Amino acid sequence: MEDKYYPLSSLAIGEKGIVKKLTSNDLMRRRLLDLGLINNTIVEALHKSPFGDPVAFLIRGAVIALRSEVASMILIEKINVEEE
Amino acid sequence: MGLSNASSGINILQEELKIEKTTAEDRIVALGGNPNVGKSTVFNSLTGLNQHTGNWPGKTVTNAYGSYKYKGRNFILVDIPGTYSLMANSVDEEVARDFICFGEPHTTVIVVDATCLERNLNLVLQTLEITSNVILCVNLMDEAKRKNIHINLKKLSHELGIPVVGTSAVKAIGLSNLMEEIYNISYGRFKLSPMSIRYSEEIEKAISMIENKVRAINQSKLSSRWISLKLLDGDLNLINSIDKYLDFDLSKEKNIVKEVERAKNYLKSMGIDRDSIRDIIVTNLISISERISKKVVTIENNGYKSLDRKIDNLLTSKKFGIPIMVLLLMIVFWITIRGANIPSEILARGFSFIERNLSLFFQWLKAPAWIHDVLVLGIFRTLSWVVSVMLPPMAIFFPMFTLLEDLGYLPRVAFNLDNFFKKSYACGKQALTMCMGFGCNAAGVIGCRIIDSPRERIIAIITNSFVPCNGRFPIFIAVISTFFVNFIKGTFQSLVLALILTSVIVLGVFMTLLVSKILSMTILKGLASSFTLELPPYRKPQLGRIIVRSILDRTLFVLGRAVVVAIPAGLIIWLMANIYLGDSNILTYTANFLNPLAKLIGLDGYILLAFLLGFPANEIVIPILLMSYMATGSLIELNSLAELKGVLIANGWTWVTGLSVMLFSLMHWPCATTCLTIRKETQSLKWTLVSFIIPAVAGFSLCFLVVNLIRLFSLL
Repeated sequence: MEDKYYPLSSLAIGEKGIVKKLTSNDLMRRRLLDLGLINNTIVEALHKSPFGDPVAFLIRGAVIALRSEVASMILIEKINVEEE
Repeated sequence: MGLSNASSGINILQEELKIEKTTAEDRIVALGGNPNVGKSTVFNSLTGLNQHTGNWPGKTVTNAYGSYKYKGRNFILVDIPGTYSLMANSVDEEVARDFICFGEPHTTVIVVDATCLERNLNLVLQTLEITSNVILCVNLMDEAKRKNIHINLKKLSHELGIPVVGTSAVKAIGLSNLMEEIYNISYGRFKLSPMSIRYSEEIEKAISMIENKVRAINQSKLSSRWISLKLLDGDLNLINSIDKYLDFDLSKEKNIVKEVERAKNYLKSMGIDRDSIRDIIVTNLISISERISKKVVTIENNGYKSLDRKIDNLLTSKKFGIPIMVLLLMIVFWITIRGANIPSEILARGFSFIERNLSLFFQWLKAPAWIHDVLVLGIFRTLSWVVSVMLPPMAIFFPMFTLLEDLGYLPRVAFNLDNFFKKSYACGKQALTMCMGFGCNAAGVIGCRIIDSPRERIIAIITNSFVPCNGRFPIFIAVISTFFVNFIKGTFQSLVLALILTSVIVLGVFMTLLVSKILSMTILKGLASSFTLELPPYRKPQLGRIIVRSILDRTLFVLGRAVVVAIPAGLIIWLMANIYLGDSNILTYTANFLNPLAKLIGLDGYILLAFLLGFPANEIVIPILLMSYMATGSLIELNSLAELKGVLIANGWTWVTGLSVMLFSLMHWPCATTCLTIRKETQSLKWTLVSFIIPAVAGFSLCFLVVNLIRLFSLL
């Protein structure tokens, strides 16, 4: 099943995804959970910083910037925008 | 003896924080909440100027408490750190949790952001697991209204089983309701029955297995259920805190340890391994938040964030993000430079009027001339220099800076620059501490507390003085005006001045990144820790509040410490200029000694000496220099730039000297206050020395390189 998942960092601006798995452990995992990144949370890529990294995401109503290494630890399922 | 709160009636945490009750009837109220929800506005509005600030015992976390009176009773409000969670993932979270658990507040108020309720509820639920006496303060109700977000406070109160008060703290709306609820709850006028947070059947069973054993020994006010949950979660940090504050080591209770093991094994048999217990707990809390939020929040049109989005798309865009940032910086400097001139002159005139009268007063007293000279020409004149040179730019710069802060722009600066910091293996929040450094490096060093990773925090502390503080601006401005923009006239002149000043700062930022990278590859080896940065919604700033806050908190604070160092500095400088060894005074004597070294880097002995004597405060570098050049024996101020230039050129200055002075001013040792602050923040002499030496070495090397390259080229 997991090969259907993409890292959050692969999300293009304006695209949305549903969180399916966190691959980080310990402290980083807890931080991500505290941000509300539990399973089935919808995340939207909002905008990139001037140099492309970090990227700002809309997570449960808050705008959070994540560096690419962090975003790649969050596995998501892409939401098809047309379907929505 | 079981797990109990100290029977002596003295609470260790309250004792350590030096919280003094005036009577036993005083009530202690903890004030918590997420960052950026206006918690400090609530705190300031309730307590006014009745505040004490300090550090949490043994931690570099700022602590503030204050008191207010309501219905004849005294309430002590403790401002606990703003956090998203109480699971002790950071020092702030640990401090916040410890106060709620062990500080024995009668009531805990959690402030949340009405525009972002769902996210904030997580903290509320975590607090409810610990204590029942919780009041929810839904702040920023006006912002929410503007964004068409409606919150059914009654329903929310019903769901949570606690009082809920809506406020707009900046407009002081809802605060009397809040005080009324605090009064009611603190004096037990209502018994609250908050919602109980239930977990899945398996977890509940595991909790109850442990809870029985915990209840048998628990005589403290902590909930046995919550302690059991934390034991199941394997929260060692809490167990340590219980040991510290309640003097009871749970890990030595064989009964309990055995039961925890049994519960964990039971969960394992149900397919829940140790590592996923935390995930299940957090997921449950967030799901409950989501459910409650869906019930009570209605958003009329979905595009409520559309304006913020548009602004962000501009301010952080690839094309305009960086240029706008540099432009804003330039505008701030330009306004500061233009605006400070006139008040500076008025202050200087006022001081010289006072000085003349002081002199007359001493003559009238028939005091010996040397007493007059030491006190008036030495101490008073240095003091008036510092105040008239520093106060106006600070009084203009700090409010503008606070304005950008209030608007929510600073996190965007960190967002824009993060990529550079990542490449230097440092934390993006370092950009924020650098911004604070513009005002005062000591303040910047304290600001480094926002950086969680100890390695990255030390890097930010060491490199903070590469950003020039307010006290160094006069040096740049004097040099740029005399040597680099003197051929330009009118308004355009101050624009070019601001442009050159901005370039100097950009160089400082570049050096910060370079040194951070070198540190990361040598003595502070390590990779960048993963960091997350919240970009809070843009907020309408409150002008009146900004002015009051920046003048009271920042300007007067910085000025106060400058005055404190200026007094002894004035004395020492006066003595050096007036005690003669043979033909020359100590000042000249020392300058001659330093001259060969200074020449190497394009300065002269007097300039280097001025920087050395300026160690207490950078503001006095230029006046000391002029004093030694003019051999007046006391500080002087020249009335026009032409005069200043005349003196400098007569003493062998060229534009190369000017350039060197600017570079050296950007990079030498941090001032005495900053050094002391570094010592306090790092608790280490070693890092203080490193912070002292690194910018000095960088300054010497760069000046040497630049000056000798220029010399080489002009010889060719």
